[in-house]
Amino acid sequence: MSNTSFVRKDMLPPAPPPVSQTGAVKWLRENLFAGPLNSALTVLGFGFAIWLIQAATPWLLHSVWVADSQNECRAIVQERWGPDATGACWAIIRARWHQFLFGFYPIDEYWRLFVTFAGLLLAILPVLATSLPRKLLWGSVLYPLVAFWLLWGGSVWGPILTLAGFALWAGVFLALQVRLGVVVAAGVGLVAASVFWIYAVEPIETGLQSVLPLALPEVDSDQFGGFLLALVIGVTAIVISLPLGILLALGRQSDMLIVKSLSVGFIEFIRGVPLITLLFTASLLLQYFLPSDTKFDLILRVVILVTFFSAAYIAEVIRGGLAALPRGQYEAADALGLDYWQAQRLIIMPQALKISIPGIVSTFIGLFKDTTLVAFVGLMDPLKGISTAVRADIAWKGIYWEPYIFVAVIFFIFNFSMSRYSMYLERKLKRDHR
Amino acid sequence: MKKSVFFGSLVMAGLVAGVAGASTLDDVKARGELICGVNPGLTGFAAPDANGNYQGFDVAVCKAVAAAVLGDPMKVKYVPLTGETRFTGLASGEVDMLSRNSTWTFSRDTELALEFVAVNYYDGQGFMVNKNLGVSSAKELDGATVCIQTGTTTELNLADYFKANNMEYTPVNVADDSEGQQKFLAGACDAYTTDASGLAASRATMPNADEIVILPEIISKEPLGPAVRQGDDNWGDVVRWSFYALVAAEEYGVTKANLEEVAATTKNPEIRRLLGLEGDMGAKIGLDDEFAKRAILAVGNYGEVFEANIGTSTSIGLARGLNAQWTQGGLMYAPPFR
Amino acid sequence: MTLASDPPKEGFRLSMLIYDTRFRSITIQVVVLLLFLAGLFWLLNNAYVNLEAKGKDFNFSFLWSRAGYDIAQTLIPYTNDDTHMRALVEGLLNTLLVSILGCALATVVGTVVGVLRLSHNWLVARLMTIYVETFRNIPLLLWILLMGTILAETRPSPRDFRVTDAMREAGQAPEASMWLFDTIAVTNRGTSVAAPVFSNSLGSVVLPGNIPVSLNALALIFVMAASFYGWRLLMRRAKAVQEATGVRPTTWWQSTLILLGPVSAVSVALGLHLEYPTITRFDFEGGFQMLHSFTALLIALTVYTSAFIAEIVRAGIMAISRGQTEAAYALGLRPSRTMNLVILPQALRVIVPPLISQFLNLTKNSSLAIAVSYMDLRGTLGGITLNQTGRELECMLLMMLIYLTISLVISSVMNLYNKSIKLKER
Repeated sequence: MSNTSFVRKDMLPPAPPPVSQTGAVKWLRENLFAGPLNSALTVLGFGFAIWLIQAATPWLLHSVWVADSQNECRAIVQERWGPDATGACWAIIRARWHQFLFGFYPIDEYWRLFVTFAGLLLAILPVLATSLPRKLLWGSVLYPLVAFWLLWGGSVWGPILTLAGFALWAGVFLALQVRLGVVVAAGVGLVAASVFWIYAVEPIETGLQSVLPLALPEVDSDQFGGFLLALVIGVTAIVISLPLGILLALGRQSDMLIVKSLSVGFIEFIRGVPLITLLFTASLLLQYFLPSDTKFDLILRVVILVTFFSAAYIAEVIRGGLAALPRGQYEAADALGLDYWQAQRLIIMPQALKISIPGIVSTFIGLFKDTTLVAFVGLMDPLKGISTAVRADIAWKGIYWEPYIFVAVIFFIFNFSMSRYSMYLERKLKRDHR
Repeated sequence: MKKSVFFGSLVMAGLVAGVAGASTLDDVKARGELICGVNPGLTGFAAPDANGNYQGFDVAVCKAVAAAVLGDPMKVKYVPLTGETRFTGLASGEVDMLSRNSTWTFSRDTELALEFVAVNYYDGQGFMVNKNLGVSSAKELDGATVCIQTGTTTELNLADYFKANNMEYTPVNVADDSEGQQKFLAGACDAYTTDASGLAASRATMPNADEIVILPEIISKEPLGPAVRQGDDNWGDVVRWSFYALVAAEEYGVTKANLEEVAATTKNPEIRRLLGLEGDMGAKIGLDDEFAKRAILAVGNYGEVFEANIGTSTSIGLARGLNAQWTQGGLMYAPPFR
Repeated sequence: MTLASDPPKEGFRLSMLIYDTRFRSITIQVVVLLLFLAGLFWLLNNAYVNLEAKGKDFNFSFLWSRAGYDIAQTLIPYTNDDTHMRALVEGLLNTLLVSILGCALATVVGTVVGVLRLSHNWLVARLMTIYVETFRNIPLLLWILLMGTILAETRPSPRDFRVTDAMREAGQAPEASMWLFDTIAVTNRGTSVAAPVFSNSLGSVVLPGNIPVSLNALALIFVMAASFYGWRLLMRRAKAVQEATGVRPTTWWQSTLILLGPVSAVSVALGLHLEYPTITRFDFEGGFQMLHSFTALLIALTVYTSAFIAEIVRAGIMAISRGQTEAAYALGLRPSRTMNLVILPQALRVIVPPLISQFLNLTKNSSLAIAVSYMDLRGTLGGITLNQTGRELECMLLMMLIYLTISLVISSVMNLYNKSIKLKER
């Protein structure tokens, strides 16, 4: 008997995994070269990325930031990097950045734009972040009037009296709502407010202005341009189209045949034609359908048509939100004895709107991109209008890539962050419903 | 429009009636501002500078009218109009006058209900090609690709010209002058056709100007001039005579610089009438008698305007040619101030 | 609280129209209708008064007068002596052409990008994310302008392709050369591709509206259709034999013969050959000519829309729960069959509705052709015709009507499809 044991008593120390299964190699194998197809794709993608970088790098490296004209840019590039070198001429952005951003807004008044923009962020905050106290929403509601006054200037009494008109509307509505029902009361209120706006505002404003002159220098809307114009058109349209869109969505779901068919007709018509035809309508046709002595400036006409446009899309987004609500919510509201508008206000809309926020944000992104189309009716959008105007200057004739890139980058930053936010929101909302 | 009714007007869009009086002249005076439709960007003729102020040959007409009517050449609001929106912009009352290198044609004068009040630049349509194409006449352009601004008379002229000469071509439509130049420079078309003045202006600013030739053929007449709405003859007169004041001033040797001096010394009754020292010319068109004097003081006489914006001393370098005074063999001929 | 009993019967009073919820909805509808009609009347009346004041009328007879302008790229023959109506049709066809091609390409590219974005390949997934985010967050207009500029600025001009006698003697190659055995030439103004032509013509028939159709092409298409039908018969017979006997007869050589034989015979008989683009005095001639205005618009529409489609495809695939795949595997289905029979039919139900609304968007966005002056419907009817005739009211209304019709057709097709793939629930 030997006491030689063939059973190992102490374990071998664990061997390190093979090289191909650890660290960078493993990662590479799993993520880049998992199979022949995958490897081919990797090589292809890598090649493409390198080619892109190689093509753009020298041009970007040879950037010129200070020059007075494109020819000077060319001369500087050739002097520094040899006769065949090409380089980006960012000097045009340096010289004209304010026009790309703000159009022809008077330079002395830029502070108003900054205040307006900061105010916009503050006003959006309570809408987007639900943790803030709800009372702050009143600030958001008042913001458009403040922004309007800041941007266009003029007497402070105009916006205040406009606000008074809204207050009148609300007052009439509250007073009559119980007796006449929501729709009729709102209609009467609207008529009262409109009468006030049209006939009373101007004399009162003149009076108040002479007593207490508080005014900012007026800026004409034709001085708006660049991203300022894009934002003004986009934000105004989306803000006004929200209530319109809600009404249209409700109209589309209504049992009332006439209201329903009018809403469907409007929505389908607007969604069926390209935005550019609506813009041409604003610039060419609107004058036929309004009394001959009516004079609107073009920006206002464009804003109206773009508002209609976005209202139709918002209506569809909100309809989606309404459709996503379980039937039980409606039934529960009925069971509680709420009438139609109470149910909408207290039960349906708060939920439907919440679900719709991502859709509304993407509608806004789309709209913001589409504001570039206003160039075709002669407005100074950042992409085509301002670029063309700048290029008409002899110094900057024939410069294309730099303005495009500058404008593209700004659009990208805006839209990318908004779309990321809307995705975050979508995830968050999904969790709430689980 | 009044800012305070902004919201009201959004609600009841149509009911907002702007203040539109019977005549454009009254409107302009009441508003204290002239609204002038201009090209969004055509080098030398109308383009905003770094501060957003419009400058150029066409813009000068707006300034002259503003000076004549309102006494201040700066009281102009410029509305950039594209080739497609310009006439509608004028017809709808969006602008008071159009000074946007627009050709005076029969159908525009009649069908489009415009009134061309004068010609501030006699032009003609030409072709520009690259030298290495080896083309020396437009007749050799059979089969060529031609860049052409859309919405203009040049489009139809081009079709007619090639048809008349039994040639074929491929049109490349461009929206404006800057796009046309870009396409031409990039070689996307063999020839670029537009008004000869525009060609010269473009050529002057091209980096390879020596390699570009303008072909000798002028295939059309393009009298460019300011236009107003039909049916407001008084306003038409105001624009017409504000412009002719500049032309007449050049003829009589009145410049921006020597105006006061001439006014003090001249015995010539025509000049005295022009400068409002005699007669009551202004009252007849609803202005005061010094309207012409103010217009000239604001922008200078026609020759000065020409030289400052597009003349040989500028980088555009256009010669006077047809646009010289009639006394110099040109077509600029102001009717008598009498 | 009152007991639930019949409300006291009351006679109808006028005030019930407002106070009684049963009648209020009728009142509201009537008021809305009246307001709508009043508004409509007001607008139309204004239009009438304004037209009167401008001395214009409202009629479409201008559509039958001579257009007088030229269109660069047309699908059916057009000269400047044709009518504005003809120009309208040319524009409409161009719109449809770029839209249909754009939809097809965007679907292919979008699907590939969407699938690759889900790839486990780190680099490819990242690149595709960059692709999607870049293209969909920057306005389409910029892509169109940029594509136009890139094509015009980076490609050589036609004369760089020319080989002069001097160069031939010196053995010099031209600065630029054509691709794929001299069949494709991409210059800075357009793309020329070799086109099949027939040397023996059977003549052509002219359809109403002066649209010539080559009889050769018709003959070829007829033969192709006939061969295909024959092949189907063959396949059906083979299947019948297989079902009866369990052995599938060998059919590959018969298939080949039926599918290719008659077609090649007819092609040879008609003298089918490729017409190569050749450089002439100014430009390439011969073969298909595609202007860059078209190419730039097509590429821009494709990449922009494909970014959205990629997201739709990705969402569609991710919406199918992992359990479906596992269940299919458990049933013994092969991965390809799992994809075809289980995943795709379900994913398509999620993908198709938003996909079609992207098609709608693309079609509407094709009106941005204005940026590169591609002569689509807006370019002819809403552009040059409108400008030269000064009839903005007629032209714009007609144009909206046409776009509206296209949209309604697409969305009704979508509704039909949605109905057909709807889950049949009990």
